[in-house]
Amino acid sequence: MKGHQQISASIDSAKRQGRTALVGFLTAGFPDMAGFSGNLQAVAGECDVVEIGVPFTDPMADGTTIQRASFAALKQGVSLPWIIAQVRELSPRPAAPVLLMSYLNPLLAYGLKRLPRDAAAAGIAGFIVPDLPFEESDELKAALDGEGLALVQMVTPVTPPERLARLCAGAQGFIYAVTMTGTTGKTVVVPQDVLAYMDRVKKVAPVPVCAGFGIRSRDQVTLFGAHVDGVVVGSALIEALERGEDPGAFLASLR
Amino acid sequence: MSASPGHPDAKGRYGAFGGRYVPETLVPALDRLQAGVDRFLPDPGFQAEYASELMSWAGRPTALTRATTLGKRWGAEVWLKREDLAHTGAHKINNAIGQTLLARRLGAKRVIAETGAGQHGVASAAAAARVGLPCVVYMGAVDVERQAPNVDRMKLLGATVVPVTGGDQTLRAAIDEALRDWVADPDGTYYVLGSAVGPHPYPFLVRELQSVIGREARAQMQQQAGGLPDVAVACVGGGSNAIGLFHPFIGDSSVRLLGIEAGGRGPGLGDNAASLTAGTPGVLQGSYTLILQDAHGQVQETHSVSAGLDYSGVGPEHAYLMQSGRAQYEVATDAEALDALLECAKHEGILPAIETAHAFAGARRFATANPGARILIGCSGRGDKDMPILQRTVLKELA
Repeated sequence: MKGHQQISASIDSAKRQGRTALVGFLTAGFPDMAGFSGNLQAVAGECDVVEIGVPFTDPMADGTTIQRASFAALKQGVSLPWIIAQVRELSPRPAAPVLLMSYLNPLLAYGLKRLPRDAAAAGIAGFIVPDLPFEESDELKAALDGEGLALVQMVTPVTPPERLARLCAGAQGFIYAVTMTGTTGKTVVVPQDVLAYMDRVKKVAPVPVCAGFGIRSRDQVTLFGAHVDGVVVGSALIEALERGEDPGAFLASLR
Repeated sequence: MSASPGHPDAKGRYGAFGGRYVPETLVPALDRLQAGVDRFLPDPGFQAEYASELMSWAGRPTALTRATTLGKRWGAEVWLKREDLAHTGAHKINNAIGQTLLARRLGAKRVIAETGAGQHGVASAAAAARVGLPCVVYMGAVDVERQAPNVDRMKLLGATVVPVTGGDQTLRAAIDEALRDWVADPDGTYYVLGSAVGPHPYPFLVRELQSVIGREARAQMQQQAGGLPDVAVACVGGGSNAIGLFHPFIGDSSVRLLGIEAGGRGPGLGDNAASLTAGTPGVLQGSYTLILQDAHGQVQETHSVSAGLDYSGVGPEHAYLMQSGRAQYEVATDAEALDALLECAKHEGILPAIETAHAFAGARRFATANPGARILIGCSGRGDKDMPILQRTVLKELA
């Protein structure tokens, strides 16, 4: 099965079991490089999909929590080659497919020729690139397609309907439906129009839909679960790690 | 408005550079901005309003001054385009008032801006006050400290100044934070970006608004000097005053275009802010351009004595002009810039901004290599705001 199919299948499988799929986000090398693969296994044990955040100096779509984690990771020397090596060496292999979430520049620096091959060889199933809009994505998409890796598309509440249809048409893996206008991590009050927007996305989506940004509680998971296939938990998970909690136990508490 | 043959293209590209690399949330906002630019920039009503504000409020046209003593000292014919005489003390006002008028036409409820040296922050605060819109300015905490007089000016002009403690705490972090603010309210907020950087259409919009510098200078040179200059010299951080000066001369093949970047303490990574002369291609803050980065694509902190040039990237059109060979770019170090500042102040009675002083240092070098040349310098801003740093550096040595 190709990487992008593994992602869709894992979310679909959760749904068949009557669960809302959980996508866990962990900044690579946070809180420390030595404990990373252990934390990754713990997150993968509770989640249907794992997103590894590639730290970047200019995380313009991220709120304070992920900025903090990102800068801490960079300070320790976390880099994309290190991350790919960590995923490659994971043992046992996690059941949940692993995605990398990275701003574009670290991917360009790695080289778009080398990246898909090395990522596929490490068992990475796809990428999410928050500063790469659809119109600029041809080159990366073509490169990832060659290895069957997903380029996950984001949509937002301000995406106009005709654009939404266009973005969803070519989507792979899952569609990342951003819950609000704003950066990651802010607590989101879920007004009715956000749920109506989730329904609109779900209607046109050829792959599963996961809601993300600001999801921190079991109530929110339940609420979104009635409208989409899964939820992404990022900043709340990082904050649990900062408090010294077990990431697996925190994620289990959201179910 | 000046026509540019083929640049940018429909995707906002200048050759390979430029484009639009932003979170999906900002795509509709940039589409609206693009529609506003397409509609209002050529609109006679908007142009009349903009021209009237430039003339009666911002003090344009600015003078072209013959720098006779510098000319004698350098063995050249030196002319200064006096943007330091524009309202709020620098060229930044040309862009700030233009974009704020555009923001009002687009129905914005508030404007936000980033600032490095504080000049764009002051210009945006003044323009917002003039147009009647609330204004929030993001400024790196390091810059808040080293450009304190400008922080107080922004407050007096009614703006809210937010110090940015994340990232490198200078201009780059301020842009990141302004982008985050805009992502949170893409419908009601207008982002007045202060340099010819960022996602398309900003580099184009800023160039069009700043090209008034070069259009005036070109006509004034013909009238006062009797012909075009051999070279036009400007300092380059993000590159808005340089592109504004250069652009109307691009078709004049006899006019060399020379941009001067911040050479800081020297050529090592992290010791300067010379993105064009020392950078490599990459994506930073919405644009594919030349940036100062490490092997893993992490953007590097910069150093320059001038806060306004202290930036790890540069406008994509400059990257293109360098690659195509139409413009050349060199550096001036902190020491060379401060030395040039003293020379200009003492011999011409003009205290330029430290940013601007980099252009003087580059022009002096050009004069040495090209005796008798007719040199046009973009005197982009005045140095009053640099008093705290001048007190810690050159004034200490004079005492």
